[in-house]
Amino acid sequence: MSGFASIVRRFPALAGFAMLWAALALCVVGAPAAAQDSLPPAPYAYRQLDDPELEAQAKALMATLRCLKCQSQSIDDSDAPMAGDMRHQVRTRLLAGDTPEEVRAWLVERYGDYVSYKPEVKSTTWPLFVMPLLIVLLALVILRGRLKARKA
Amino acid sequence: MTRLRVFLWGLVAVAAGLLGLFAYQLSQPKNDFVQSAMIGKPMPEFTLPAVVSERPGLASADLANGQPKLLNIFASWCVPCAAEAPHLAELERQGAEIVGVAIRDRPEDVAAFLARYGNPFSRIGGDDISSVQLELGSSGVPETFVIDGQGVIRYQHIGDIRAEHVPLLLAELRKAEV
Repeated sequence: MSGFASIVRRFPALAGFAMLWAALALCVVGAPAAAQDSLPPAPYAYRQLDDPELEAQAKALMATLRCLKCQSQSIDDSDAPMAGDMRHQVRTRLLAGDTPEEVRAWLVERYGDYVSYKPEVKSTTWPLFVMPLLIVLLALVILRGRLKARKA
Repeated sequence: MTRLRVFLWGLVAVAAGLLGLFAYQLSQPKNDFVQSAMIGKPMPEFTLPAVVSERPGLASADLANGQPKLLNIFASWCVPCAAEAPHLAELERQGAEIVGVAIRDRPEDVAAFLARYGNPFSRIGGDDISSVQLELGSSGVPETFVIDGQGVIRYQHIGDIRAEHVPLLLAELRKAEV
């Protein structure tokens, strides 16, 4: 009689315990797999464009587009199926003759500014760009006042 | 001297105000939903092939036929999609026309999903590369859009439909009629 069988015969509860653990382990491994689709990635999700210059443009653009499934990653970074589908859109649109900014505009039109990581000066963001300038100006004025006071 | 005092207390007040703001924002639930920017715009053109033999595929032209519809984005591999199935069935029972877009799905899996959870859809289009999902400004499954009779996107529901959302979606459908 093998060692395992004799242990099971002597401690039947142990075998049940082991099976429970095996089942639990399967659940942990199985659950995320069940939440994924079983289709292959879109044609241009992982395939680079043949034209190296166009691929470089695609790569630069993809690094500044947000993955909507995994919101702190760019679509260039992410292996989520949806990020792959977005890369496919970027590459096929560039291949069709769109400029990178046209592709960005196409996504922003659908998802709003949130989808783009590229900082832009517009009606809602200009204070972010103006404030540092104002602070530096203020500092210069104060500094001049102090230096003058010291000379006097 | 008093001017300096006032200034210092002012700094303390500003710092306390900032800390209060942080504490408030930290206690607020984070909203991870990305709202579609396509509400009020016409549905972009698309054509999707049929996935199952008993329902035709879906094209943008089918949406602009005068009758408001629910467009449900789902997938057989999506657990909340199974959870919302009875509520979609309830919406259909109460007269809503529902068309489906199956995201990255195999025909046999969709057929099994429909056999198990019911089929409230009048049409189902298969979207193997999420192209229509991206056209709609949708970022996950399930999502449900109200499309009016002219094919204009009127409302977006993100996440699974629960019992309390059924009257809400029916009201949005009625609103889309006018």
